[in-house]
Amino acid sequence: MMKCVLDLQVTSVERLSERYVLLAATNPVGPLPEMRPGQFAQLRIDDSKETFLRRPISLHSVDYEKNEVCFLVQKVGKGTASLWQKQPGSTLNAILPLGKGFTMPLSPEQRFLLVGGGVGIAPLLFMGEAMQRQGARPVFLLGARSKSDLLRLDAYRACGDVYITTEDGSEGEKGFVTQHSILQKEKFDNIAVCGPKPMMMSMASYAKSKGIPCEVSLENMMACGLGACLCCVEDTLDGNVCVCKEGPVFGVEKLKW
Amino acid sequence: MEIMADLCVDIAGLRLANPVLTASGTFGYGLEYQDFVDLSLLGGIIVKGTTLEPREGNPYPRMAETAQGMLNCVGLQNKGVDYFCRHIYPQIKDIKTNMIVNVSGNSPEDYAECAARINELDCIPAIELNISCPNVKHGGMAFGTTTEGAASVVKAVREAYKKTLIVKLSPNVTSITDIALAVQDAGADAVSLINTLMGMAIDIEKRKRILSIGTGGLSGPCIKPVALRMVYQVARAVKVPVIGLGGISNAKDAIEFLLAGASAIEIGTANFLDPTISVKVVQGIDEYLEKHSFKSVKEIIGICE
Ligand SMILES: Cc1cc2nc3c(=O)[nH]c(=O)nc-3n(C[C@H](O)[C@H](O)[C@H](O)COP(=O)(O)OP(=O)(O)OC[C@H]3O[C@@H](n4cnc5c(N)ncnc54)[C@H](O)[C@@H]3O)c2cc1C
Ligand SMILES: Cc1cc2nc3c(=O)[nH]c(=O)nc-3n(C[C@H](O)[C@H](O)[C@H](O)COP(=O)(O)O)c2cc1C
Ligand code: FES
Repeated sequence: MMKCVLDLQVTSVERLSERYVLLAATNPVGPLPEMRPGQFAQLRIDDSKETFLRRPISLHSVDYEKNEVCFLVQKVGKGTASLWQKQPGSTLNAILPLGKGFTMPLSPEQRFLLVGGGVGIAPLLFMGEAMQRQGARPVFLLGARSKSDLLRLDAYRACGDVYITTEDGSEGEKGFVTQHSILQKEKFDNIAVCGPKPMMMSMASYAKSKGIPCEVSLENMMACGLGACLCCVEDTLDGNVCVCKEGPVFGVEKLKW
Repeated sequence: MEIMADLCVDIAGLRLANPVLTASGTFGYGLEYQDFVDLSLLGGIIVKGTTLEPREGNPYPRMAETAQGMLNCVGLQNKGVDYFCRHIYPQIKDIKTNMIVNVSGNSPEDYAECAARINELDCIPAIELNISCPNVKHGGMAFGTTTEGAASVVKAVREAYKKTLIVKLSPNVTSITDIALAVQDAGADAVSLINTLMGMAIDIEKRKRILSIGTGGLSGPCIKPVALRMVYQVARAVKVPVIGLGGISNAKDAIEFLLAGASAIEIGTANFLDPTISVKVVQGIDEYLEKHSFKSVKEIIGICE
């Protein structure tokens, strides 16, 4: 899969709340490269004097017919604040696609559970879309602090069955994703998780206890995103490996958790 | 890419098609960048720091962003020289540019042994000796900060290594020209400078130092003025060719280093921001030479008073 640096053009900016923005962008000079769910882009931050490096952001959804890629971004600091301010028509310089993505087989016979917490739900939509194309209908289990942090539920419902937990109980079941009753009721063949580390760790131990294959998507700090600088390493059973190149998705059996 | 001027430079017998190299630790083994740039358009590629024994490097976090730069404490993670010779060399030996290996160690004997192994590899025309890594306890910078330490490593390697020997200097010293003179006298064919500057970053919410080992090496545009001054001083003090680096982000920066006395330059951290920057710098140097009617890049090396 060929990586490239593209001057994408922002086609739409949807500020979902004070903290989240949905950016859609197209490649004005040709088709977008082939991309896989779980891969990410390194976005250049243009108008921020305080940032220096690019920022890694997951591929949230890809529409090859419209030649469009979407990013779901949570404003947490200077770089994401700058992305939040993007306007339609502006340039978004991106290196993509990076990393390896999810590897689980997308067969329609399998029961997939896709678990997301916070903005970690971002890569799961692309995954769900890919599964839908293969005739599979995954279960999404989405966790958030509160109702107002639940994003784009319609898009998720369009390709899977959505179950929700909120920490304050304002929507779905109260508590954390690992406490949701669906885990007791249904049997799954594969689990994919992206979100805060404690959440991924408890889902990983759930999956291990049930003997279900489980992949998690890590968010280590990155400089190059290309496997060149060795800054983003995770200490795995194979030693220090680059999250940007060998991940960001890892089978939990490879991790020291 | 059409090149008009003569960009060829000579580093102690090592012929570079142009003066643009990529810096160790920022360009992987070149392979990581081949989707973005035609590697044969570069003067050379200096691959990751390699040591005699495998090294796990320092724990995560290894990176902190700073104003116009970054700190890193990677700590020379690599699989060792045997792995390099067996598994990586076959993948890179046919890349049509000068593939240079950056070598580090814990003792002069270590360095020499590692260099001797690389001496056997036909398609590696030169090594860059890293006596300036600020991120490992033993060796690295310990050798690069005294004239005796630097000379002892270079002497040992010189006996074991027959091809072009470049020695990479640390800026974390009182007088970098003294170190440069010492390594020249010990047998270095060329010097490259600068490695990163020692620095620190603190997270005020956690009230802790950000990097796992507390300190790290600063790189990027913020170090350019320091690097340029050091290159200028060293180029005037030594007879061997000088390779300049530190914060070079575009052709203008590169030309400044050439005017200051560098015979070639290396691009490091800038590769992270724009993976195609190295070839853009080659092109930019060519355009500058043409615009100012220089026929060869050699005409501008060190002409700044
Ligand atoms: C592979 C990958 C995919 C990602 N996908 C998305 C995504 O789809 N949407 C999204 O909103 N975010 C995503 N992130 C996280 C995003 O990269 C960070 O939130 C962003 O880099 C923060 O930059 P900033 O300048 O806004 O914050 P800064 O000002 O740099 O930092 C603000 C705070 O955010 C924390 N932070 C900084 N970088 C990261 C990071 N890489 N991971 C976690 N915390 C960080 C800092 O510790 C600090 O506390 C992803 C990260 C990775 C590695
Ligand atoms: C992530 C990272 C890893 C590095 N690893 C090495 C190394 O292994 N050996 C070495 O001699 N220098 C290493 N360096 C230093 C660079 O080669 C270069 O000297 C320094 O970054 C200054 O140049 P720059 O500002 O253009 O990056 C590293 C730098 C960075 C940022
Ligand atoms: S971010 Fe540079 S190796 Fe992963």
